[in-house]
Amino acid sequence: MAGQYINLLASILLLLAFAMLSQRRIKSLINLFMIQGMTLVANTVVIASTTGQTHLYYSALLTLTLKVVILPWILYRMIRQLNVEWDVETLINIPSTMLVGIAIVIISFNLALPISHLAGTITRGTIGIAMACVLLSLLMMITRSKAISQVIGFLSMENGLFFAATSTTYGMPMVVELGVALDVLVGVLILGVFFFQIREKFESLDLKHLEKTEEE
Amino acid sequence: MMEILAVLGFPLLGGALLAIWGERRWAPEFNSATSLCTFLAASLLAFRILVSGPLIVLNEQFFVDSFNVFLVVLTAFVSFTTTLFSRPYMRNEQILSSLSSQQLRLYHSMYQIFCFTMLLALLTNNLGILWVAMEGATLATVLLVSLYRSRESLEAAWKYFILCGVGIAQALFGTILIYFAAEKVLGAGGTALLWTHLDAAKGSLEPTVLSIAFVFLLVGYGTKVGLVPLHSWLPDAHAEGPTPVSAVLSGLLLNVALYAVVRCKILVGGALQNRFADDLMIGFGLLSVLTAAFLLWKQKDIKRLFGYSSIEHMGLMTFAFGIGANFAGLLHMTVHSLTKSAIFFAVGHAVQHSGTKSIDAIRGLIQSPAVGWGLMLGGLAILGMPPFGVFTSEFLILTHAMQSHPWATPVLLVALGVAFASIFGKVQAMVWGEMEGKTLPHAPAFLPILLHLGIVLILGLYIPPHLARWYHEAARLIG
Repeated sequence: MAGQYINLLASILLLLAFAMLSQRRIKSLINLFMIQGMTLVANTVVIASTTGQTHLYYSALLTLTLKVVILPWILYRMIRQLNVEWDVETLINIPSTMLVGIAIVIISFNLALPISHLAGTITRGTIGIAMACVLLSLLMMITRSKAISQVIGFLSMENGLFFAATSTTYGMPMVVELGVALDVLVGVLILGVFFFQIREKFESLDLKHLEKTEEE
Repeated sequence: MMEILAVLGFPLLGGALLAIWGERRWAPEFNSATSLCTFLAASLLAFRILVSGPLIVLNEQFFVDSFNVFLVVLTAFVSFTTTLFSRPYMRNEQILSSLSSQQLRLYHSMYQIFCFTMLLALLTNNLGILWVAMEGATLATVLLVSLYRSRESLEAAWKYFILCGVGIAQALFGTILIYFAAEKVLGAGGTALLWTHLDAAKGSLEPTVLSIAFVFLLVGYGTKVGLVPLHSWLPDAHAEGPTPVSAVLSGLLLNVALYAVVRCKILVGGALQNRFADDLMIGFGLLSVLTAAFLLWKQKDIKRLFGYSSIEHMGLMTFAFGIGANFAGLLHMTVHSLTKSAIFFAVGHAVQHSGTKSIDAIRGLIQSPAVGWGLMLGGLAILGMPPFGVFTSEFLILTHAMQSHPWATPVLLVALGVAFASIFGKVQAMVWGEMEGKTLPHAPAFLPILLHLGIVLILGLYIPPHLARWYHEAARLIG
């Protein structure tokens, strides 16, 4: 029974990865990222309750605070301040990206086969999906040109890795998970600074250009 | 144990304090003092290890043996001398590039935090923490690369963050796979990621999983080593950041990343009982040496030129560890780190002197003897001219390759020859020739260049028996 829930949640994650691949509006992309986080939390809780791995509850709590509350909040704030809330990205050729995505899923399932055979966890069927999520996020980073969408791709890749860790081994040791979470948080904060620097630079460059033309 | 806490504590504390005081007039001196304390603590730690053997402390979370303590001392030493160079350099920059007090605070604080993450990566026994520290090192340097906030530096920092972020995510996947394999043997929980436990049980780890894991780990940490074809962040990051940062990136961070690869190789080699991991390292190493050597020709930017030279040398080290020339590999790590940072010290002042990074526009550096001779001798040393230490290590690598992998020797010789021709011609043109440069408000730091090149010269002529024994011990650990 629990196995079915886990498989259901895993397939939702895969679906979300594809949705992110084709989503053009930045705000919706952050929504999708938040839903991905929630699915991950639900999945971790189901695994924790069926296997009795209590430390997974803590990591679910960590995921909930970081990836469902803090990171989306930072991202929403950022796009509001940068005034790119309603920006729509021009994506070239969504159908062919989707086809590449499907090929990636097939490759991932093949690659995960030997690992799934060795795994003794109840989640071993989902290792392939975890790997596919990681690679699909990578594809998303490659196909996007906007800085914010690249970062969301990066974060969703981290989600995929977290999912891989829970489905192969019921999660990494707590100290490592805390460290990874810290790195992700600091990374996003630094990138926030970065966005503003990029923005500032472009504006100031424009101003200089204007000054020059006035002098001439 | 006290020494380990001191080695990690000084840079962390210094970083925190410099975040507040980083723009004060005495901040550069405070920065140097912090690094000096770290270096003294590291020397004490090394002495302890030499006398009483490997050390596992603090709930087994920290592990020190001859291999990593040697890198800890090297890291602490080069980060100390770099702060000495950074004193006049950043004071000049403050005037030339008009850095704000906020930028100075950021620079000084992040410099120490960067040293902290590297030392943590070297000292930790936990493969997961190793990953966390490596990612931390990336984050600390991203803002340093973009310090000047020019269009180019922002672009370089962005590229650096995204490429290394993606790379290091692959390494995390590799770490997860190692944990997965280890859990079956060592049981779930904290101990399954401890390197000492993994090393003891490496014979019984599942070979298929470990070989997949090593591919991910090599790609992941290899991105940070700057192995071709994952190298494209490296020249940009070296070129656009402040020069002290280029010096520590080339001299230290690349070494630490290679250290992570070698630690993983020891595990995987033991589990697989074949040469899979070694062959991968040989392949990546040779490709890097060859590609970088040919790309050196086309470089027009002096800092990019030496960035590519770092790729070449990191490739050579990866190759050396792949063929099992561990002694030579460790020696090359040392001499490359010292020589390349000395070169960057000279390059930093050369760029300030002539106000440009373009090789064609830099001429007549000999007017300032410290800079001119520093670049000339540093250039000769990095090209492997005797009697410098780089000659010794390259000679050892080549002779070892002739015995075990004879087919690789001509490839290496061609690459070294091409690199020689490209770098020597450019350096010679920049050092001699006529041009009136700017007079710098603060005199260039002569001591760090002299110190580094002096040590490299001594290592080329004579390796003290203590040091040789130490290297042999470390080489034996790598296997």
